[in-house]
Amino acid sequence: MCEIITKEFLLEIAIIFVKIGILFGAVMALAGILTWAERKMSALMQDRVGPNRASIFGFSLWGLFHPAADGIKMVAKEDFVPDKADKVLFTLAPMLALVPVFVILAFIPFGDYLQIGNLKIQLQISDLPLSLFLFLAISSLAIYGAFLGGWSAKNNFGLLGAVRAAAQMISYEVVLGLTLVGIILVYGSGSIQEIVKKQGEMLFGFLPSWGIVYQFPAFILFLVAAVAENKRTPFDIVEGESEIIGYFVEYSSMRFAMFMFSEFAEIVVVSMIASALFLGGWQVPFLNETGFAFPGGILITINHNIVALIQTTAFAGKTVFMAWLLLLIRWTLPRFRFDQLMKLCWKGLLPLSLANIVLTSAILQWLGSGK
Amino acid sequence: MKITKINNRNLSFAEKIYLSEIVKGMIVTARHFFANLFHPSRIITVQYPEKKIPLSEAARFRTRHRLKKRKNGDAKCVACYMCQTACPADCIDIEAGEKEESIAEKYPVKFEIDLSRCVMCGFCVEACPEDAIAMDTLIIPGGAESRQELKLSLESLLLDSAETSERGAVNRRISAMSMQNAERKLKNAK
Repeated sequence: MCEIITKEFLLEIAIIFVKIGILFGAVMALAGILTWAERKMSALMQDRVGPNRASIFGFSLWGLFHPAADGIKMVAKEDFVPDKADKVLFTLAPMLALVPVFVILAFIPFGDYLQIGNLKIQLQISDLPLSLFLFLAISSLAIYGAFLGGWSAKNNFGLLGAVRAAAQMISYEVVLGLTLVGIILVYGSGSIQEIVKKQGEMLFGFLPSWGIVYQFPAFILFLVAAVAENKRTPFDIVEGESEIIGYFVEYSSMRFAMFMFSEFAEIVVVSMIASALFLGGWQVPFLNETGFAFPGGILITINHNIVALIQTTAFAGKTVFMAWLLLLIRWTLPRFRFDQLMKLCWKGLLPLSLANIVLTSAILQWLGSGK
Repeated sequence: MKITKINNRNLSFAEKIYLSEIVKGMIVTARHFFANLFHPSRIITVQYPEKKIPLSEAARFRTRHRLKKRKNGDAKCVACYMCQTACPADCIDIEAGEKEESIAEKYPVKFEIDLSRCVMCGFCVEACPEDAIAMDTLIIPGGAESRQELKLSLESLLLDSAETSERGAVNRRISAMSMQNAERKLKNAK
């Protein structure tokens, strides 16, 4: 046994835990801030002021203490379980909603690699060769949280919300998967890190070969399907804040907070996936491993670790931009009716994503034997 | 059942695929977002309890109560309980005391208005035979951190009446006029 547990092995484990800690912390923090940003942004869009009351020693920092205040409030609330509810599933549902979201983080590359001495640290928790498929598989598990939450509470409105959630998420799951086929075709890989690396090349010498350039229709389709997967406006008939409350109608206290938090964590994860696949991930135009290389032979050499830092910052920036875009969509559009929702998915998005696959394959075939 | 069919305008192709319309909508909301982000002072919201827009003098709202004073500084109120009886929210609490040397027989030892119950109906003003209570301070009662803070004592009710006001008398005149009108109508009916 002792021969297996060597120093290198322990170091590797430690590095993985540090990476998990950093990424998990960053996503939790961003999701927490998003709960505030959602309210503040909707307020600004509607010419209101938004949350600005929670303060510490008289400093309110534009209301940034509100997520903390919400957390305290949620913990202090009564944890209520309805009499007729299935206690086990009722407890399990919020966890099932939250866990898949965080598992997806394992495959998200947030940078290239760090070089410390002769130690090379990959800036990704786990680089699996088919992580894109694993992302689809795990994200489809999120339906269990929503459905069991609504069903186990034995509340009619909860059940209605759960049924809507099941119908909507399973339908849009298909579109979400099919839009990514185009990306896999273009970059010829199922690993997210591999796809991001290939997006570092330049098209015609000036256009970054990001997914949004090659696969613009797929980007739009992905965005629509991702918002639907997220169960947010305009696809929020699952909740329908003004009508049926949705699958978490019987939840209170931290259990409800877990559902709410999983929604915001999902925004972050979807933004990360979208920026990794379509916005070049951690790639910065003209920045390679050793520094900037602008067209015309201008070279600026930078220490690789600083390059990695710039790249990670770029990835964070792209993620925040995508999250901003998702919030903007959420507060701009009205809710779809259920029949419109299904029509949009099966008659609109599905044929379009199939057409995208056919077109992409045809063009790749025409250009030569692919990449 | 009669069915009404509404002929909606036919949507053009661009409208049917939503995209361009969605982008247009998002441009509108994003413009508001950035305008308010960079110029927060343009938001017209008033931070209410800290900042207040003073009501105009001509405002004819019913605002917080006050008790009027006589020339010698005593309350005009004679503790007749008319307002307490008229109050639909049961928020007035009076205790009467007797005053030997004064022209008035009684005076309020305690006159308390519970603003947390008051519905601002103004019935107390209408009921008062002495025109001693008025709702013309132009103060809009706000919230408080305890129920006790919302109870107005006799002293605080008298505080706003630095001088005897004529404004409250309008109520009496109007009610006198309406009484006269009613009497006249009765006579005419006979």
